Formats: sequence, C-alpha cells, structure tokens
Amino acid sequence: MAALEEGFTLSAVCLGAGPDGLLGVEQSDKTDQFLVTDSGRTVILYKVSDQKPLGSWSVKQGQIITCPAVCNFQTGEYVVVHDSKVLRIWNNEDVNLDKVFKATLSAEVYRIHSIQGTEPLVLFKEGAVRGLEALLAEPQQKIETVISDEEVIKWTKVFMVFRHPVLIFITEKCGNYFAYVQMFNSNILSKYTLLLGQEEKSIIQSFTASVDRKFISLMSLTSDGCIYETLIPIRPNDPEKNQRVVRSLLLKAVVSGNARNGVTLTVLDQDHVAVLGPPLPASKECLAIWNTKFQTLQASKELPQGTSGQLWYYGENLFMLHGKFLTIIPYKCEVSSLAGALGKLKHSQDLGTHAMPHFVNWETSQGCGLGFQDSEPSKRILRRRKIEVSVEPEHPASKQLLSTVKKDSEKHIEVEVRKFLAVKRTPDFQIVTGDIVTGLVGRCRAEPSFYPRSALMQLIQTHVLSYSLCPALMEVALEKTDVQMLQLCLQQFPDVPESVICTCLKIFLSIGDDSLQETDINMESVSNYSDTVQDEKMEEQTEIVQNGFSPEEDNRGQGESQAAAEEAASCPVIPKRAALLNAILHSAYSETFLLPHLKDIPAQHITLFLQYLYFLYLKCSENATMTLPGIHPPTLNQIMDWICLLLDANFTVVVMIPEAKRLLLSLYKFVKSQICICSELNKIEVSFRELQKLNQEKNNRELYSIEVLELF
Amino acid sequence: MGEFKVHRVRFFNYVPSGIRCVAYNNQSNRLAVSRTDGTVEIYNLSANYFQEKFFPGHESRATEALCWAKGQRLFSAGLNGEIIEYDLQALNIKYAMDAFGGPIWSMAASPSGSQLLVGCEDGSVKLFQITPDKIQFERNFDRQKSRILSLSWRPSGTHIAAGSIDYISVFDVKSGSAIHKMLVDRQYMGVSKRKCIIWGVAFLSDGTVISVDSAGKVQFWDSATGTLVKNHLIANADVQSIAVSDQEDSFVVGTAEGTVFHFQLVSVTSNSSEKQWVRTKPFQHHTHDVRAVAHSPTALISGGTDTHLVIRPLMEKVEVKNYDAALRKITFPHRRLISCSKKKQLLLFQFAHHLELWQLGSTVATGKNGDTLPLSKDADHLLHLKTKGPENIICSCISPCGSWIAYSTASRFFLYRLSYERDNISLQRVSKMPAFLRSALQILFSEDSAKLFVASNQGSLHIIRLLEGSFKHLHTFQPQSGTVESMCLLAVSPDGNWLAASGTSAGVHVYNVKNLKLHCTVPAYNFPVTALAIAPSTNNLVIAHSDQQVFEYSIPDKQYTEWSRTIQKQGFHHLWLQRDTPITHISFHLKRPMHILLHDAYMFCIIDKSLPLPNDKTLLYNPLPPKNESDVIRRRTAHAFKISKIYKPLLFMDLLDERTLVAVERPLDDIIAQLPPPIKKKKFGT
Repeated sequence: MAALEEGFTLSAVCLGAGPDGLLGVEQSDKTDQFLVTDSGRTVILYKVSDQKPLGSWSVKQGQIITCPAVCNFQTGEYVVVHDSKVLRIWNNEDVNLDKVFKATLSAEVYRIHSIQGTEPLVLFKEGAVRGLEALLAEPQQKIETVISDEEVIKWTKVFMVFRHPVLIFITEKCGNYFAYVQMFNSNILSKYTLLLGQEEKSIIQSFTASVDRKFISLMSLTSDGCIYETLIPIRPNDPEKNQRVVRSLLLKAVVSGNARNGVTLTVLDQDHVAVLGPPLPASKECLAIWNTKFQTLQASKELPQGTSGQLWYYGENLFMLHGKFLTIIPYKCEVSSLAGALGKLKHSQDLGTHAMPHFVNWETSQGCGLGFQDSEPSKRILRRRKIEVSVEPEHPASKQLLSTVKKDSEKHIEVEVRKFLAVKRTPDFQIVTGDIVTGLVGRCRAEPSFYPRSALMQLIQTHVLSYSLCPALMEVALEKTDVQMLQLCLQQFPDVPESVICTCLKIFLSIGDDSLQETDINMESVSNYSDTVQDEKMEEQTEIVQNGFSPEEDNRGQGESQAAAEEAASCPVIPKRAALLNAILHSAYSETFLLPHLKDIPAQHITLFLQYLYFLYLKCSENATMTLPGIHPPTLNQIMDWICLLLDANFTVVVMIPEAKRLLLSLYKFVKSQICICSELNKIEVSFRELQKLNQEKNNRELYSIEVLELF
Repeated sequence: MGEFKVHRVRFFNYVPSGIRCVAYNNQSNRLAVSRTDGTVEIYNLSANYFQEKFFPGHESRATEALCWAKGQRLFSAGLNGEIIEYDLQALNIKYAMDAFGGPIWSMAASPSGSQLLVGCEDGSVKLFQITPDKIQFERNFDRQKSRILSLSWRPSGTHIAAGSIDYISVFDVKSGSAIHKMLVDRQYMGVSKRKCIIWGVAFLSDGTVISVDSAGKVQFWDSATGTLVKNHLIANADVQSIAVSDQEDSFVVGTAEGTVFHFQLVSVTSNSSEKQWVRTKPFQHHTHDVRAVAHSPTALISGGTDTHLVIRPLMEKVEVKNYDAALRKITFPHRRLISCSKKKQLLLFQFAHHLELWQLGSTVATGKNGDTLPLSKDADHLLHLKTKGPENIICSCISPCGSWIAYSTASRFFLYRLSYERDNISLQRVSKMPAFLRSALQILFSEDSAKLFVASNQGSLHIIRLLEGSFKHLHTFQPQSGTVESMCLLAVSPDGNWLAASGTSAGVHVYNVKNLKLHCTVPAYNFPVTALAIAPSTNNLVIAHSDQQVFEYSIPDKQYTEWSRTIQKQGFHHLWLQRDTPITHISFHLKRPMHILLHDAYMFCIIDKSLPLPNDKTLLYNPLPPKNESDVIRRRTAHAFKISKIYKPLLFMDLLDERTLVAVERPLDDIIAQLPPPIKKKKFGT
C-alpha cells in the first residue's frame, strides 16, 4: 500500500518565493542533499535528513535566475543560468556567485537537465539541445532553431534509456501540443503531435512521464481534472514524418479543473501517481496518491495553506511549497498483498446471500477510456497497437444521467437512476455508477439540502460499488447520521476502512431509540429474540441441572451466573439497533487497524455493546449447533472475535466502571461454565472414541467369516 | 457376474521378518534385502519393484551385512562368522566361507569391486580378494580393541573408515595400519551413556567421514587430521544406518525412532560455491527401528524392524510423473504362501518353519450382498507341521484332493500322505525320496492329484507319478542347453496335458506332459512373470507380468489369442496399469474358461472375456452398490473387469466352486500387534 508519512518543513525561514513558487528542486551529487532554486535570486543546498541548509548562493541584485540550478554529477559542480543567457558554474567552496566561472551564451536557455550517468544537457528556448561540455568549449556557438515561431516549450524531462540520455519536451502552439524526443546516441529528433481527442477545450495543466524499454509514457493532467496517458515510442518508426499520438484516459476527475494555483502531477512508479490540487472545486488543496492500475485513491493529505501547484519527487520524498514553506512528505509504497488490502474477509456465509461487489477491472476500464469494447483482455501491448484508433463517443445515456445528477431535482434523479439501472449493464457500468455516485455525493456536499437518499440506496444495491470507489458517500451518510444507508454500505462494501466501521459503530450505539424507530432498517439478521426468551429460559435451567457435573464450590457461582444469564436473556438493545450492530459484526476488518479506533468509544457504549454481544453469546449457546436463529445472523466466531476485541481495546476502562464490572463477572462465569462443559465434552469424546474403536475391532477382528459378495 | 459366498480368512498368522540390510546395485538397478531370519530377497527396481528372486533363510545364519561386488555378485556375512556368496542364476548359495574372526558385523566391497572387507567381533578387519569363482583371504588390518560394526571405503580406494565402539578408525589400505583413531563423545543429552556404538560410517572422496551412532548423532570428521568437523544431533535414540548417493551430494540416515532423514549438500547462499551439509527432509514411514537404508539415484530406500521396505522417490530427481514417482511400501512377499485344496476346502499356510492346514467352515444360510452369514461349522485347524532342521521352507503345496502335502527346504524335499478318517487325520511321510529331489523352488500337483511337478534349483523339472503311499519318477525335463536359470513358477492344465514353467527373465516354456516334450516357448517379455495359469478346456495360458500386463497364449495354437491381441491393441485401463502390487495368483473355475480370476494385494478381479474391454474413459472400478435394477444390468454388462477391493491386504484368493471364493487377508494391524513395541515417543497432548 502506498502511504504518505508525516511531512516536515525544510526551512524555518520563509523563502523569497513569489507567487510563482520555486524554480525547481534538483538532486545534488550526495544523497539526501537537494538544490532548491527560488524564483528570485537564490540557490540553497539543503540536507533533508537534518532539515537544514548547507549552503546558499545568490546572484547580484538586478540579475535574476531563470533556470533551476542543477548539479553536474560528473564533476560535482553546480550549474545555474541567470538572465537567460549567463551560465555560472561553482562548487561548495565558492561563496560568491559573482566570482565563479561565467559563460555567456548566444541563445536563451530553457532548462539544464542533469541526471546520473551523463553530462548536463542544456535545452534552449528554441528547442536545440547541447551537452554542457561542448557548450563550454565554445560558449558563443550558434544555436539553431528547432521549433517554429509560435511554439513555446511547456515542459521537459530527460531519461536514461540503455545508458543513453533521451530528452523529451512538449511545446504548445495555439492550443495544440507537440512532443519532441531527442535521442543522443543516434542524434535523432522526432516530433509527435499530441491528439487530444474530443475534449478539445481542455487545457493541459501538467505533464509527467516515465519510461520503460520501448515507450515513454507521458501523462498529462488536463483542466477537466482527468489524467490521460500517451505512449510515445522511444525509437521512432519514421523520424522524418510528423507522427501523431493519441492519449487514453487513465484516471477520471482526480482534481477539480479550475483550481486557482493550478494542479500538478508526478508519476511515482509504475502504478502510482501523485496529484497535487483540490479534489473538489470548493475544497482545499490536497496531495493525493492514486493507483492507476486499480483506479483507487491510495492516500491523501490536505494542504490547507495552499500550494504553488508544483511538485517534485526524488527518492522517497515529495517536495512542495506548502504556504510559504518548502515541505517534504515522505512517500512509501510497500509491497501489498491482496489479503493485506482486503483485511479480514467477510464471513463466507455472506457470499451466499449477497453477491460480492466486483472489483474494478482495470483492463476494461482502461479500455473504456480509450473507447474499446473488445472482448479479449486488452493488454498493454494491445493497447499500444491500437493507439491510433480514434476515440468513440462515450455512452450517451450515462453522460446525460451525469448531467442530470448535477442539476435536477431529487425526484427526477431517482427516476433517471431507476431507468439507468433497468437497462442492460454495459462494460463501463461500474465506472458510470461510480461517477454518478461521486456526482451525487459532490452535490450533497455543495448543497446541504440535497440528499437523494433512495437513488443512492438503489445505486449501492447494484453490488458494484466499493468504499474506495466513492469514499465520500459514507462520509456524507455519517454526517447525516443516516443509519440505514450506513447499514447498507457496511453490508455491500467489501473494503470499508476500520476507522469508518468504528465511526459507524459509535453512531449505532449512540443514536437515540426514538430516532431509530422512525428509520426503516433491514432486520433480516435479527430474529425476534424476545419471543423465544421465555420458553427457552426454562429449558436452559433444566439443562444446567441435568449436566450435574458442577463441583461443590462452583455451585454458588453457577447460581449467580444464572441470575446474570437471566438478566442478559432479555436483549439489551432494541431490535433495530441490534440489526445495525449485526451489520458491524458482519463487516470485514483487520484487528490491528480496528483496535486503536475502538479505544475512542465512550465507556457506556462499550458496556452496551458488550452486553449485546454477551446476549448473543448466550443465545448462541442455547442450541447445539451454536448458531443464532434468523436469515443472516452473526456467527459465534464473529461474536467471540468482537468480545475479545472490545475487551482488548478497553480493558482498563471497562474494569473501572461499576456497571461493566458486573457484566464482566457474569461473562467470566459463563465462559468458565462453558469451559467446564467443553472439558466434559472432551472426556465424553474420548470415551466415544474408544467405543468406536471397539466397534471397529469387533468388525475387523473376526478371524473367519463367510460373507456374500455380489460382483457387478 | 453374480453373487459369491466368500470365505473371508484372517487366521493366517503370518508375520514377515524384519529387514536387516539393504544393498542397492546401480548397474542392474536391483535391490538386495536381507531379513532377520536370513532370507535374502532381490527386487528389480526397473520391473516395478518386483521381488524376482529370494534365497530362503536359515536359523543360524543371521545376516549382518550385505553387499554387491564385482558387478553383480552378491555377498552376505553374518553372526555365524561366514561370508556367503549367492548364485543369482540357480537361486542357491554358491559357497560359504568362514572368515575366522568370530561373528561378522560389517562388510564392504572396495570401490573397484575386486576386494571385500569384513569387520569381525574380535576387532579384526580382514581383506579378501574376489576371484572369478570364489573369495580368497588376503590380509588382516591392525587389530582393534572391540568389534567392527561398520566399514566404508574411501572412493579412491586408499583408505577405509571402521566404526567400532566409542571410536572410528581410519586405516591406510596399503599398509593396513590405523592412521587415526577418532573418539566419539559418549555424552547423550548431557548424560554419559555407557558406550557409544558407531552404527554406520561413510567415507567421502574429499576425505570426510560421516558417522552415525547410538547417541543419536550424525558427525562429520576430517580423516586427514582426525578431527570432528560438524555434529548434528538428530534423534533421541540410535541412528542405525547411513547411505550416501554416488554423487556424494546427498545421504540418508535411519533412526531407531523410525525416522529417515535426508541430508543434502547445498550452497550456503545462492550462487556461492561454498557448500554445506544440511538436514533437509525427515520422513516418518516406519514405526520401528530403521535398520538399513540405501540411496538409489532417484530414491531413498529404507527398511527395518517393522518389516516394510519403503522406497521414497526424491521428487527433484524424478523427471516424469509415473510409477517411480510414487511412494512404495512393500510388506508382503510377491509369491504365494498359501495353497488350497478345492475338493476338501483345505488351506495350507506356509510359514518360515512350519505349515498349517486349515479346514474351512460352512454355512447353510443365504443372504444378499454384504451380509455375513451365520456359520454352521467354524474353520478348523487340522494340522501343524514343523520342519526338521534350521532351514526355512522355500515352497509348499497341497494336492487338489487334499491327500498329499509336499514342501521343500534348501536341502530337503518332503512329501506327506494325508488320510482322513472321520475327525482324525493321519499323516504319513513318504520316505526314500530320490537323490535328485533335494530342493525345490516350486511344487505343483496336477488337477487329479495323480502327478507331482517339481521345479528344482538346477533348472530341471521333475514329473512324479503319485500312487497310493508311494511314487514313481516319470520324467525330468532338463533345462535348455546353456541356461541355468531356475524355474520358479509352474502351471498345469486342468486336463493334465500341459505344463507351463517360467523363470525370472526368459520366456515361459510349455511342455507336453503326455509325450514328455517341450511344446513351445512363449516369446520373452521384458518384465518378469508374476503369475501363470492355464485355462480349462481352451488350454489358454494366462500370464501376468510385473508391469501389470496380462497376456493370453493359446497352447494348442502356439500363438497369442485373439482376445489377448485385442487387449494389447487397445491397451489396459490406466488405473489397471497404475496398481502397485503384482498379480500373485491366477485361477479358473473348471466350468467357466471365459472367466479369469486374478488378484494382487489390494484387489481381486474376475475378467469376463465375453464382455467389452474398458477404455480409459470408462469407470474401471465402482465401489458403490448399484442403485436400481437397470443400474445392475448396466454395470454387469459394462466391461470385462469386475473388480472388488473389499479384501485387503489380500494374500490369496481362489475359486472353491462356481459360486464360492476363498480370500485370505492379513490385516496390517495384526502384524503390527505382533512386532516388538516401538520406541515410545511423546506425542503432543498425551
């Protein structure tokens, strides 16, 4: 699982960063040390682990740094350009930038790239690229113009491919984007036109790219908030021709498009991207890690003081400007297992009664983004071959529904949703459903009065939603304390986080009985306990007497526990609350993550819940199969697990409260008596086993017999 | 097929002897196994682990060591102080030679196979030269203080290691002097035991000596310096045996707790050249002491007091999933120990030193499938016939009429006449057996009990006419010129005209008994014959081989029958071919030549030749009873193989009459109950 750790601020002093933010953060030749160039005159070398600057250099007043300082990994020197044309090279010992090596170039520099394993590469604004060594040998050499007049370089990056640097830069001209790939081993420059597909209006706000053996995967974040991927071959088929590449949708609506400070995107590894920007138009800026393969949000962090819309990623650290301070958030992506991702699975019984929601099939969903509807699994290679395929229009009905969701009344939405659910499911059904729910929830957030409850319920019952597909849904339900919705979510979602389970539990325990009575809760997991209580009580008593094994000193305890048992025999909660709590008992969790949250529940609620669990436990032990009556009751294991969990989490608290003390005591007595029964059963089992053995021997040990055998 | 009354016999109180030594021969892929009663068995690992030869035991000849030398010559040595060489062709003992060192505890053949080394009770290590037809004493090595319990040659042949009590000696072969004496720690789990017995040593080519001892240790010694290199404590009881693979990359040890441990030479880290001996796999296939282990290229072989021979394939060495990839546990001999008189309903049981004659019971009741019928008369033990002398019985037979019993040991042949007078039985030995009738490998009476056929270990077949209380030698078929192979399986046709005899490898010979001539020879097949029978009226010879193939050969036509060709063309059902015990007996009922009864240790089958053959898609064996009448008919006519697995382990099965079967079972639990108690190990929870 990818996770963001607690961030820290790098410099105590406020950087002289203007509204444009920083010019850049670059690695130095020593690990853990980074060159930070602000948009004014200063370059600072930071040591991240110490959180302090090691050196600072400034250009003279009147000069301005135009390109972030980089480190020449081959010599260990630093290189910076100021006033677009003046190159400065210095090292750690130098104090004053005025006195270091200076070279004035004949053309304006856009960027200097420096990566491990090669000399720094200087990209000029006109698109030409030179190695630093060659440039320094003859600073005034003529620099040719590569790109046309109106083209402006928007973004650039350099990679090492087979130990040779490959430089890519994107230019823009009148809303059209072009990618240039410069190979240095063969000195080939190839030009590609980026086709934007149908969303012509959207402006690309940020680029990032990663490389594998054959392709540069260029990701772009557009103003509609979606991430698109474009695959650019490293080795062009025909370098002379102007080639065109299409982009495919990778992730939808990860940020709000019209952010003030712009949004940015950085690829972290094969499957993860970091996105900086506000997730919703109104909300604060947020750093989010998305898994592109599963299309899930892995981690996010709110940055309330705003950012400059810039993000750098080196090693395991994400660098950004948070407010006025340079902030570093360490990012970790551990190897994840499916079991770890899912936590404790739901009880297998659930599988029978409720279909498990399907997980997002990333292959079809990506295919949908591209507009394919092919039946065979569209593997990456397949996708690449079909890059040139034009984009089909998206499913119109769902589009219409999406717009309905944004504007219309609750009643109308409900009707539309019903219509949508009635038609045959398309392959992108899951995505569309997710989009609708996201849209609805977004609107709920924006308009407090808007809450299309029945539409949402219908959508949840499609079994295709999961918590990670629409995390805000449960949040909204929690805000509105809509217990019915929460119960449904707990029943339908396989991946509700432990913290949310616990919040639900809190609400279920604290909500008033009268408000519960008004709600319409699914009661199938609760059978009418109170009816059976009376007649079964009698049976129970005789049963215990009949056991007749209880030693003398336990008799007293038994009597007490029986009294307590009688007390517990009436359900401590009303059936509706019981149904809600059963939904909690049924949900999947993993103990480690649940325990800390359980500690936050108030003591009297813990006691109530324990009472209820004790009641269920007693009910379970009333019949031989140790099950509860009803259609979908909690199992004994679930009850036991939860008792243990509650006691584990709140033991000290529970021990202190007087009313819980009595409960604990009777619980203990009951458990003890159960253990007694079990040990007796153990003995009986052994006797039966001997009996069985004797029986077998009798069958087998006959030395001679005449039998009838019929052969067929 | 219909209903049968089955006499289910469990009173055959047979207990196999414990395994004392195993020796694997790489050249022929054969395994020699010696048992505590002195029996030596040869298993052919290439022929489906068939026990193709055996040498009967002898009371005074306790084998302590067994080894192959000079290619495929087999030697054993024992506590009577003799070294014995076995004749694998004639199936007898070639010679026995006293080593003059008291009881022999260990023996090892040199890597070249030309020398034999024995370790004796008096502490001497004696070197013998193996000559083409004998062995010759060469010299003694330095005499040690106590008995030499284990010996191992260095693969280069320059040194030997000898395990004694409390120490291991390393000898230089050239000089015969001990160059190192490596003392073994007596400490056992912190307690000092009286003695530490070195049960086994193995000398590796790099000079390492591995020893296993009574304190539960496996120790690695450097023979150049005489120092202990490494110590593995693997058991709370004795480690009794060790065997190293030819590549010296793995070895196996057996402990008194019944556990077999596999050690392997593995790299310390991946892709490093430094290697280390690591205990990799424990196997618990035995309940008692594992007295002997062997290491074939693909399997670990172990045997011990619990009488099982266990062949555990090393899965990493097995390339294809076939027969050889399965674990084998061989408990019962692959030959018949029981004969039956159909007429009188008698069973003759053969034990190592006595014979038992039982009369089967009877019932008048009838019942349906699965019923046990009430007995009107219980089975009766009629006779207990003890052999004279120390030799084990090789074979025995009762005549179909029930009035003759014949058996043979390695040196004497006995024939008895039985007479029944109401409840009394009198037994009269037929004396003055001719000189040529000294030892028989197989005895058979003709169907009318008038003739006796004896396969002697010189390869000849004798025919004897039995008269009231006497006999007359009719003829002797001499072996084919140039062969000395003994015949160990005989079959006679019910009309008494044909006699079929088979050795272990060459084809089956069919003799005409009337004109006393060799009639024909069934073409040799590359797997040994496990059972033979001649069908009534048709005179078709049915032959079962150890690869589970069954052939039918028409004796009058001198060719395979049409049915046999069909089944060979179509192939047997794959489940039939996957059975892992050989067919040990084939039988017919006189009136039903179309029905062949055959059985192995875990099933019996009646083949109805009139029905279609099963193919791989049909269900060969359906243990469930049929549900309704149409199902009964469907199954009855489905295919020719009518199989039942109700009786197991099945040692003998025969048709007493058309609707009566006799099945002799020997439940494993009964055998275990008669073994000495195993070392008690604490189990969790007890």
